[in-house]
Amino acid sequence: MLEKPPIAVAMSGGVDSSVVAGMLKQRGENIIGLTMQLWNQRRLPELSVEGASGRCCSLDDVYDARAVANQFGIPYYVVNFEKRFEEQVVKPFVEDYLAGRTPIPCTLCNNFVKFDQFIELAESVGAAQIATGHYARLQVDEATGRQQMLRAVDSTKDQTYFLFGLTQAQLARTLFPLGGYEKTEVRRIAHELGVLVASKNDSQEICFVPNGDYAAFIDAYFREQGVDPSHATGEIMDTSGKVLGEHTGVHRYTVGQRKGLGIAVGEPLYVIATEPGTQRVVVGRNEDLQRSTFTAARVNWISIAEPTEPVRAEIRIRNRHVPSPGLVTALPGGRVEVIFDEPQRAITPGQGAVFYSGDLVLGGGWIE
Amino acid sequence: MFVFGQDLMEDSVVWSDEEMAICLDNNRPAMRANARVHYNDVDGFFRKPAIRVGDHEGGFHGLEGSHFMAYVDDLRSGAEVQDDAFHHGDEMVLQAEIGSESEYRRHRLINWKQPHVSRFYFDHNATTPVLPSVADEMRSAALEVWGNPSSIHQDGQRARHSVEKARHQVATLLGATAKEIVFTSGGTESNNLAIQGVATAARQHIVASVVEHPSVLQTFSQMERQGVEATYLAVSRDGVVGTEYLSRLVKATTVLMSVMHANNETGAIQPVAEIAEFARSRGIVVHCDGVQAAGRIPVDVASLGVDLYSISGHKLYAPKGCGALYVRKGTVLKPLQYGGRHEQGFRPGTENVPGIVAMGAAAEIAARDVAVESVRVGALRDRLEAGLLASIPDTAVNGPAVRTPNTTNIRFDGIDGEAMVIALDLKGFAVSTGAACSSGAVEPSHVLLAMGLTREQAKSSIRFSLGRSNDEAQVDALIAAAAECAGRLRRLSPTYAHA
Repeated sequence: MLEKPPIAVAMSGGVDSSVVAGMLKQRGENIIGLTMQLWNQRRLPELSVEGASGRCCSLDDVYDARAVANQFGIPYYVVNFEKRFEEQVVKPFVEDYLAGRTPIPCTLCNNFVKFDQFIELAESVGAAQIATGHYARLQVDEATGRQQMLRAVDSTKDQTYFLFGLTQAQLARTLFPLGGYEKTEVRRIAHELGVLVASKNDSQEICFVPNGDYAAFIDAYFREQGVDPSHATGEIMDTSGKVLGEHTGVHRYTVGQRKGLGIAVGEPLYVIATEPGTQRVVVGRNEDLQRSTFTAARVNWISIAEPTEPVRAEIRIRNRHVPSPGLVTALPGGRVEVIFDEPQRAITPGQGAVFYSGDLVLGGGWIE
Repeated sequence: MFVFGQDLMEDSVVWSDEEMAICLDNNRPAMRANARVHYNDVDGFFRKPAIRVGDHEGGFHGLEGSHFMAYVDDLRSGAEVQDDAFHHGDEMVLQAEIGSESEYRRHRLINWKQPHVSRFYFDHNATTPVLPSVADEMRSAALEVWGNPSSIHQDGQRARHSVEKARHQVATLLGATAKEIVFTSGGTESNNLAIQGVATAARQHIVASVVEHPSVLQTFSQMERQGVEATYLAVSRDGVVGTEYLSRLVKATTVLMSVMHANNETGAIQPVAEIAEFARSRGIVVHCDGVQAAGRIPVDVASLGVDLYSISGHKLYAPKGCGALYVRKGTVLKPLQYGGRHEQGFRPGTENVPGIVAMGAAAEIAARDVAVESVRVGALRDRLEAGLLASIPDTAVNGPAVRTPNTTNIRFDGIDGEAMVIALDLKGFAVSTGAACSSGAVEPSHVLLAMGLTREQAKSSIRFSLGRSNDEAQVDALIAAAAECAGRLRRLSPTYAHA
């Protein structure tokens, strides 16, 4: 019997990817379920949290994914991507913090694991396409043949900010079946399909850091690697160079942060910059955080080819930021300059900058 | 196509399975639903499947079995079946040599997630399918021999008799006497009982090889945490335990040496007799994990010279949850748990009678067939190995020449073994790589690493372990499928140098 080439579904054990698997199976597609084992949660036992749920690669999640696969009669496998994940996501994450940047590991994971190694594995076991539970839409530009990405219909769940690094080749093999649905509809479909995990809570953003306490994670990771994190201590100073206090590591501070500075001054102070070279944390007033221009590197153009003229776009500089209008000008070497119409607060090195034109994702890069 | 007594029975139809079509004259769905293919294992080689037809819709009742004629449409044998039917309650059972073993196998190994893909099982070192005759004996034991073997009354006596019969059957397989067999829950418990039962005090010294099964190595680790001193014997590049340093590493405090008979990953047969001779001359107890050897190669605990020998039911075509430990008469062993006087006090707890009966039945078949079956399977293994090496470049066998006849472990340079296992599984072939961790993801095999393979080489290695359920056609199909998968994987591999 001839049958359609299989689609590999990345199954995390959560509601979204489970619904993807169930929907495609119902449509009569030939499905393979795969769970990526990315991080061994037992590696840093001091971080383990009683009752923490939604952490990636916990045995509970694998259990759930396997149960859903069996429910729908989908061949299912767990694949070990721990080495790639540590090299491409965890180490850069730690290094970025120590370099005074605020990284977004999910984008690295998407670029170098989920849409790279995963696609490769899917192809090597005979799957022509992959499907994930990401909230984003894809279409092909009939005129140019380009793969285009659009924001998800559900703006509260839109994940295009984390997907800006995907190449045309990757997008051509990818399905995002949930991009056209509201999350509430996905829950409803989950219940209709009888998906075993239909009522499970959504997972948190940084999957390998329990509680979201990334500073504790970095400390624990250093201890595991035999590095003493106390070397990262230094001074807190204001913009004029006046020392206001001491801190316990630059990786504990991120641009725009107000809480946890441990210094009492008359007016509210915010982190303006972290300087890993001198271990300094510079603080200032809220106005000092406002900037209108920045550059981004390693830019990936998605829905359009690299523009030769400056383009008008709405630019998002962090996940929760409301995209703000400005001008994007391509520079040599895969960089861009962005000039906002209005100054924006806390443009943070290490974060992504994603350029939109309405729903269309033009491209994105890494803030320098 | 089966056609039962056309002249006698108009309008009768028997259901057909996808693999084995059976019909009586015209196809009548009502009858179709009531029939099942039934495998009546007569000789342990499951060469005698039969067709069992439910009689609920009428049509057979009252007819003499000998009136049935059946024509077998078996692509392999084309056998004609007749005169071999008999009545069985309200079911009609036709017993006949209708097919080859592979017909049975394909039918048994139903692919529940990909119904259109036939399944072929090449992972007998992980576990073996239960033999139909073993399952029948287990079922009878569960339903009819439910007494407590320790009871005085006849119900208990009957259960005791079944257990002792099984003990004798297992003893025969190992060349032991029945009193030297202790039934356990499986290989892991047997290994734990052997090791923890001998090394009972801190500062004692115990020795094992680095390629032992985790149930030995992890028990050793636990003993080390309790203050026991442990030394591990290295292996050659072929995976054979070295014996040249035995006299240097043994101490006055050495109480136990534990070396497996055959390795689960490579099939390497270890120099157990040599080690045992050395150890016993010094009063050191010798344990041998024989889980992968029993039933695959002839085993004689007396000529091996070991004091303790572990076996597992489910590697012998019996179900999971039953195992045994041979305990040479006179060996001092502390039990793992406390309770009644079952199993001479070595293993308290009411006996798992159905499991023990199944294990006994499986052991008897293994003892009877090992000489013939090891030759048959060995030829298949050699065919597989030669075929893979010839059709896929840059491959090599991991392991020595002297191996269990059913095992070959092959390294495919530049291939991710995990992806290869998945790709082959999706084509219906069950093979294995490395060791599955708790999530089901794969870690490189500690055995291959101990043999000096790099992590990459270990991860590109696949274990094929054959058994009763394989034949030449399956082997040839596997070679073709593996060649195709390997080609695709290498085209996509960033590390494989494309010539």
